[in-house]
Amino acid sequence: MEVFEPKIVAFVCNWCTYAGADLTGTSRIKYATNVKIIRFPCTGRIDFMLLMKALSNGADGIIVSGCHPNDCHYTSGNFHARRRWMMFRGVASYLGIDLRRITFSWVSAAEGAKWAEVVNKATDEITKLGPNEAYVKTAKKFQSMDN
Amino acid sequence: MEELRNRAKQLLEAKTVDVVIGYGETLNNKIKAVFIRKPEDAVKLVYDERCTQNLGVYLTKHEVKHFGKPAIVASVSTMRTVLQLCSEKQVKDDGVLVLGVTLEGKFLEFPTFKTVETFMEKGVQPIPAKDLELMAKIETMSLDERWAFWQEELQKCTKCYACRASCPMCYCNRCMVDYNQPQWISVPSTEIGNLEWHLMRAMHLAGRCVNCGECGRACPQEIPIHLLTFKASEEAQNQFGAVAGLSSTMPSTLSSWKPNDKENFIQ
Amino acid sequence: MIKLLKKSSFEIFFKNLQTQGKTIYAPKNNGKKIEFSKIDNFADIVFDYIKSNQSTKEIVFPRYHKVFRYTKQADDTVVLQDFSADSVPETVVIGQRPCDAVGILALKAIFETDIADKPFTARFNKTSFITISCTKSDENCFCTSSGLNPGSTEGSDILLTPIENGDYYAEILTEKGTKILEANASLFEDSPEIDKNKYLAKVEVRFDNKIIHEKLNTIFDHETWVEQSLQCIGCGACAYVCPACACFDILDEDNGRSGFRYKCWDSCGFGNFTIHTSGHNPREVQSQRWRQRIYHKFSYMPKREHVFGCVGCGRCTDVCPVNMNIMEHLQTINAL
Ligand code: SF4
Ligand code: SF4
Ligand code: SF4
Ligand code: SF4
Repeated sequence: MEVFEPKIVAFVCNWCTYAGADLTGTSRIKYATNVKIIRFPCTGRIDFMLLMKALSNGADGIIVSGCHPNDCHYTSGNFHARRRWMMFRGVASYLGIDLRRITFSWVSAAEGAKWAEVVNKATDEITKLGPNEAYVKTAKKFQSMDN
Repeated sequence: MEELRNRAKQLLEAKTVDVVIGYGETLNNKIKAVFIRKPEDAVKLVYDERCTQNLGVYLTKHEVKHFGKPAIVASVSTMRTVLQLCSEKQVKDDGVLVLGVTLEGKFLEFPTFKTVETFMEKGVQPIPAKDLELMAKIETMSLDERWAFWQEELQKCTKCYACRASCPMCYCNRCMVDYNQPQWISVPSTEIGNLEWHLMRAMHLAGRCVNCGECGRACPQEIPIHLLTFKASEEAQNQFGAVAGLSSTMPSTLSSWKPNDKENFIQ
Repeated sequence: MIKLLKKSSFEIFFKNLQTQGKTIYAPKNNGKKIEFSKIDNFADIVFDYIKSNQSTKEIVFPRYHKVFRYTKQADDTVVLQDFSADSVPETVVIGQRPCDAVGILALKAIFETDIADKPFTARFNKTSFITISCTKSDENCFCTSSGLNPGSTEGSDILLTPIENGDYYAEILTEKGTKILEANASLFEDSPEIDKNKYLAKVEVRFDNKIIHEKLNTIFDHETWVEQSLQCIGCGACAYVCPACACFDILDEDNGRSGFRYKCWDSCGFGNFTIHTSGHNPREVQSQRWRQRIYHKFSYMPKREHVFGCVGCGRCTDVCPVNMNIMEHLQTINAL
């Protein structure tokens, strides 16, 4: 049987986590290759609909990551984002969306090692959960519209 | 009811207000919203247990705003609507004369929004037992059961947007779902489009929903769609201590933040 | 042609249609509402009902449906897959109301004026309508004011009218109907000509749609449009349940190298329905949209397509969240 390799999309901010992930690479730390990184100006820009779009396009898991509180390049983008995530988690899980597939983290530009840890942990977790079948099936119904 | 009619007549005669938004009867004795502009029409106003619509939805309607200063016959939920709309700068401070009806059915006039705020301290309209019951049931469901429950409900949704149109807080001239180039939310009423639409609606009403239940009442498919925004209200209250519609100056829940918002879920 | 279908034969009739490979739609209780659904078991069919929440238009004009699909090949040539009538199954609708049947004729008039709409025509041609006359009506029904009645035959291939003992007086009306009859000949017995009217619901006549049609020629700027529609909140509930509303939107779903174009329901009651790219909106306020709804149904469609766009089912009134009542508003117009 084929081994399940989860597809994970990471939405990260330019100033901290993206730089952090860069550091992971330049420090030659090995980590799971399942993650595709998408760079944003700020976590404040990471709308919940982007996460929904990733899920419906077949992502098995998602990582959202940015600067630690008080470190935001734009002062408060991450504080705004944090509130939104809190609300999103409440509503999404009420709708039956599995929150274990969505990881939130703060990773600074200096935390190359932490980024590797976050990715590895998420990959393990999602490998255990298996493919995001229910969700993708729902999304694909429209794509494969036969009427 | 006489009291209400007389007061409306006085207000229009004295030109204190230009229009009284209230309830009237249709030819078939159903209830509809009426917009009284002449003192002699005040007799058309009625108020009884059939009057459930949250009339706050009309405060932002173009043609109604055009009439001038309104007075509004307001249940406790509608009073919350007025305060919330004011906090969102959709009505001017004291720009609406509130002809309130208390939970006990007593008429009470509120000259200023401050007096409405004081009245609100006595308590808001409770969520109906039937809704609380269903909400509790959903909470106890497993993740898969919840998914199945909402999928079953949402597949009935035709995206008629009656929920949006009837909601007093959904006043955007152009809703996110109306953007179709590119489409942000899938426009047709597909399984995924319906899920995204309702998640988005709940998120955009988070901390703003005044729990009037109008959206659920409006749905032609009887989808308990109001439970999603009720859930968002509950989260807003539990997580940020924010309750919509108690103050005319409350900062927007999701556009504000506190350094100590709890973040136990963030790695 | 006149026949009799015994109540006891109905289940066999249903099973025959199934074995003949038909997809069957009939009214079913979804736990909250009666809706037309695909039926596998005869027992699921609800016969004792007044009208379904949604009309049957969804069967010939689905909420969303594909127009074509495209795929870009490796050499950048594009392969186009047009809508194909083969994707539409042979369908039988059982138990819709006479007003619904006429609603579908109104859609046909819209979709087949000038250039015929392929998906609609394919679905229409492959669907047979076995309508059941109304023996009950509700407060919002006004078919008799719309030139119809609870036993109207227009638009049906077979019209069944419930008579004594739950048996059905069957009128076979079209070629499609005759085919069904022939395939199930043993189930349809000979019947004497009877007056079905005594079995039908009595629906009071409240206005005359021909008079409305005339009146609309002169009252475009009347203040009644604003008065009638101040309460209207501009949702699409009325349009989506209406058997004769045909507004749709055309959209593309693009996935890079492949995608498809599809249609989905829309409503002239929505604020942004007429908005131009420039930002200008010719129907700026709700009263203009409400007026459009009435004009389209009672003035433009009769003029252009020779059918009325309202069959008097009253569904829009049933579902309107703010109790707009089209019948009352038409009565008002009638009296102007
Ligand atoms: S009112 Fe009901 S059917 Fe209409 S869009 Fe809202 S949830 Fe969907
Ligand atoms: S979301 Fe529903 S319950 Fe909340 S304010 Fe709007 S209509 Fe009322
Ligand atoms: S306009 Fe209303 S009454 Fe007329 S056909 Fe449509 S839904 Fe029925
Ligand atoms: S008439 Fe009723 S259902 Fe139709 S758009 Fe207006 S409010 Fe919605």
